[in-house]
Amino acid sequence: MVDIVDTDAKAAAPAEAAPRRPMPRWLITLISICVMLALWEIFGRQVNPVFGSYPSAIAVAFWQLLLSGDLGTAMVQSLRPFAVGYFLAIVCGVPMGLVIGRFRWVEAAFGIYVTAGYAMPLVALVPLLVLWLGLGFAVKASVVFLMSVFPICINTWLGVIAVPKTLIEVGRSFVASDMVILRRIVLPATLPYIMAGIRLAVGRAVVAMVIAEFFTTISGLGAVIINSANNFDTATMFVPIIILMVMAIGLNSFIGWVERKVAPWQAEISGRDRE
Amino acid sequence: MGEVTFVDVSKRFTLRVDKELHTVQALDRVNFTVRDGEIVALIGPSGCGKTTALRVAMGLDASTSGRVTVDGKAVNGCGYDRGMVFQHAELLPWLSALQNVMFGLEMKGMRGAELRTTAEKYLDLVGLRESQNRRPHQLSGGMKQRVGIARALAIDPKVLLMDEPFGALDAQTRETLQAELLDIHARTKKTVIFVTHDLDEAVLIADRIVVMKRGRVSEVMNVPLGRPRPDLGVVRGQPEFAETRYKVWRALHEEETVH
Repeated sequence: MVDIVDTDAKAAAPAEAAPRRPMPRWLITLISICVMLALWEIFGRQVNPVFGSYPSAIAVAFWQLLLSGDLGTAMVQSLRPFAVGYFLAIVCGVPMGLVIGRFRWVEAAFGIYVTAGYAMPLVALVPLLVLWLGLGFAVKASVVFLMSVFPICINTWLGVIAVPKTLIEVGRSFVASDMVILRRIVLPATLPYIMAGIRLAVGRAVVAMVIAEFFTTISGLGAVIINSANNFDTATMFVPIIILMVMAIGLNSFIGWVERKVAPWQAEISGRDRE
Repeated sequence: MGEVTFVDVSKRFTLRVDKELHTVQALDRVNFTVRDGEIVALIGPSGCGKTTALRVAMGLDASTSGRVTVDGKAVNGCGYDRGMVFQHAELLPWLSALQNVMFGLEMKGMRGAELRTTAEKYLDLVGLRESQNRRPHQLSGGMKQRVGIARALAIDPKVLLMDEPFGALDAQTRETLQAELLDIHARTKKTVIFVTHDLDEAVLIADRIVVMKRGRVSEVMNVPLGRPRPDLGVVRGQPEFAETRYKVWRALHEEETVH
């Protein structure tokens, strides 16, 4: 009998406690980053500095690189072809995806090239692109473009296919032309897919940029990576790698922010706006 | 004017079910006329072709043979002489209620201040002026369908075509909207063709009921209830309501006689 009384008391205790507020997401992320960095610092210090590095050494290398001005120059060199290639990929990929998804014969005629292009081993083709476009800005922007245009196009295409037929019939019932249906119904209905494609392309565009810098004129952040690797300066080598990853995260959340601006209904419907 | 005539309308389509091709005769020489200003209900078991008939009249589907005419003019694709109210309203989720009504008007070529005032007028007609800035997911099922009706009416069609417009609503909301539809009809005098599987709804709202079975018109019945019908509760209590309801029920449950 005593046991029973005991369990009752235990069961009652948590009910009396004030309702706990869920931890904010940014705090969870922050804690995760701190734990990650701490672990890296602790274990990184055990390793020969040629074979690995750790956050504090990388921070020092970052600071030196920044003071020398090399980092700023490298960033500008890298970001220009990146921005141009990525921007062109959005400008071309979205309309391509819309048209392929919307018109059956276009899909039949050109869909396979997009699917194939997505899997294209671009690294192998860079030497050929160099022959066509030289070693400078054009080839770098092209590599970024070619790597990021296909995920954007494919996602848009899949998004168009997922548009409910009835929404298109709404357009038809008001005698809207194919182009008007595409612009006023299919495009907004596909927007979440398009934004997802644009986000996926960020990662590929970053990789493409570094590949381009390795295989054409060695320049930009890619050059910093190669040169410091050749000097066994592992800490410095990590600086541009981490910058690129941080940049990708930043770009991703920026795109997420844009998405909530241009397609607020999507977040509202899925309930994500309440967080 | 808004007289709709089905002349020998047939529609066949082919379905692929588990690698086998099935030819479905959705409509088989359908003939009937809906007079100007009349409300006609299409009723029948599912798969009887009632929705197909409506879609052919709208121009969303083409008939295999025969034709539908509106005031003597053969239907060829969609047109502004007909307005469609979809089963689940099908509002564009990224537009507010007002913008959804404006959408149809814009398609018709209306621009400027007139566009907004016209849309507002029709939202007013369905009692949704206060909610005009809400997006569809912020509207209840009944409100969505009201916007759907306003959107179809705003282009001032001769004929309103409604595909089970209240089928997805709860019973109470459905009754409210049925009354509102009658009220709107009394004010606008549009010809209305609506598809339903709800016996009560057909009798309460329609002037005539077209009973369809297996793609054919099996019977056309008059509803001997006068207009206006301001109180549907009273209509339900009238003996004519019960009689007609029973007659339609019988027509629906009768075994097909083999000729």
